Amino acid sequence: MNPRKYGLEESVWTLLVKSNIIFQKDFHLEFRTRYAINAIILFAVISLTAVSFSVGPIQLEPPIQSAMLWVIIFFSAMSGLSHIFVREEEQQTSDTLRLVAPPTAIFLGKWGFNVVLLFSLEIIIIPLYIALLNVEVQGMSAFLLIIVLGSVGLASIGTIMAAIVAQASTRGALFAVLSFPLSIPVLRSAIQGTWTAIQGGGVAQCLADIQLLFSFTVVILTSSILLFEFIWRK
Amino acid sequence: MIRIEARDLQKQFNDRLIFSHINFTLQSGESLAITGPNGSGKTTLVRIVSGLLSPSGGAIVYHIDGRTYRPVEVYPLIGLVGPYLQLYLNLTAWENLVFFSKIRGLTVDKSRLRRLMAHFGLAGRELDLLKTFSSGMLQRMKYVVALIHQPEVLLVDEPTSNLDEEGSETVYQLLDEQQQNKILIVATNEPEEIRFGRKRVDVAGQE
Repeated sequence: MNPRKYGLEESVWTLLVKSNIIFQKDFHLEFRTRYAINAIILFAVISLTAVSFSVGPIQLEPPIQSAMLWVIIFFSAMSGLSHIFVREEEQQTSDTLRLVAPPTAIFLGKWGFNVVLLFSLEIIIIPLYIALLNVEVQGMSAFLLIIVLGSVGLASIGTIMAAIVAQASTRGALFAVLSFPLSIPVLRSAIQGTWTAIQGGGVAQCLADIQLLFSFTVVILTSSILLFEFIWRK
Repeated sequence: MIRIEARDLQKQFNDRLIFSHINFTLQSGESLAITGPNGSGKTTLVRIVSGLLSPSGGAIVYHIDGRTYRPVEVYPLIGLVGPYLQLYLNLTAWENLVFFSKIRGLTVDKSRLRRLMAHFGLAGRELDLLKTFSSGMLQRMKYVVALIHQPEVLLVDEPTSNLDEEGSETVYQLLDEQQQNKILIVATNEPEEIRFGRKRVDVAGQE
């Protein structure tokens, strides 16, 4: 018996190829409908502008600047990351997807999409943040590394929580409520690391936060891949 | 050789028993008609056989060349057409076909896909968004997508729902071909469609 004759066994490479196909499909759909990107960017720009107007000419301290950035990123992410699974449920395409692709490929494809979505947000929001809040980032390499790791961490939490929330009949604020406790370690390290980087700290000075962000993301991502099939199969 | 075995299947939602004691075996070249009044659990049984739902009791097992598999493990073998399975309405017909071909691990065979589209009367609509399709055209499109990988097991729930006479004839021809050497499961109450099942399970009589 050769299970591969019927395509019943998937190699790691095949899973990665299929996750890329799902990523491209979601990217294509998002490019055409702009459901998530509009929600996430509008929320971020409005909240950043509101903060900048309320602060006025006052120069905020680095800890406040750092916290402000991550509060905006977190709530913007909460407004958009859940779309990736909620849309499949609402448009009744989730069963179709269940019949054509292995759960791991689906999770990885959607995780990749959420990571790219958050990066796209940050490409817009970070220059605005620096300009509107008069932030002088002195340790740019550490700052960017913290942003990347923090975003991947938030996207990982957001993706698995979106999969859970999409199964619920009352989604509403459930996504943010469920995601927040899991996001605390990411937010704490990201805020601390960003604060250090703004003050001129390099990668060495932010190492503890970088290590925590990296390890936490690996743990969340690994456990999500293991758990996803149980969430995905009703 | 593929054989599907349903052993004492039972399904209940909360306290409501939908059906119980469903038993059947099907192998390549055989077909099954699932019948029963509205709400009796025809769709639920189709979803269990395809792996979209788990039974509350009993088991559904696929035997393939001497090995056994759960339904969720054999999704590459299954094609399913049903009112609850939707395609991506914000993609064009062609984009849907390319996506479903690639995700099934197939190379995109443009001429075969065009032939399938033409067979179901959708030639010339490849570049239209599916959201511009009528419900009958969407039903035809679901057949095209379900047949991309030439499934060993084809499950069809309400085969001619939303289809006109010409569309129904095309589907009947397909069902006839499928039951020749592969496995066909049809959930219906239409006498004209029940004839495609050489075996029959009446879910209403199984509580």
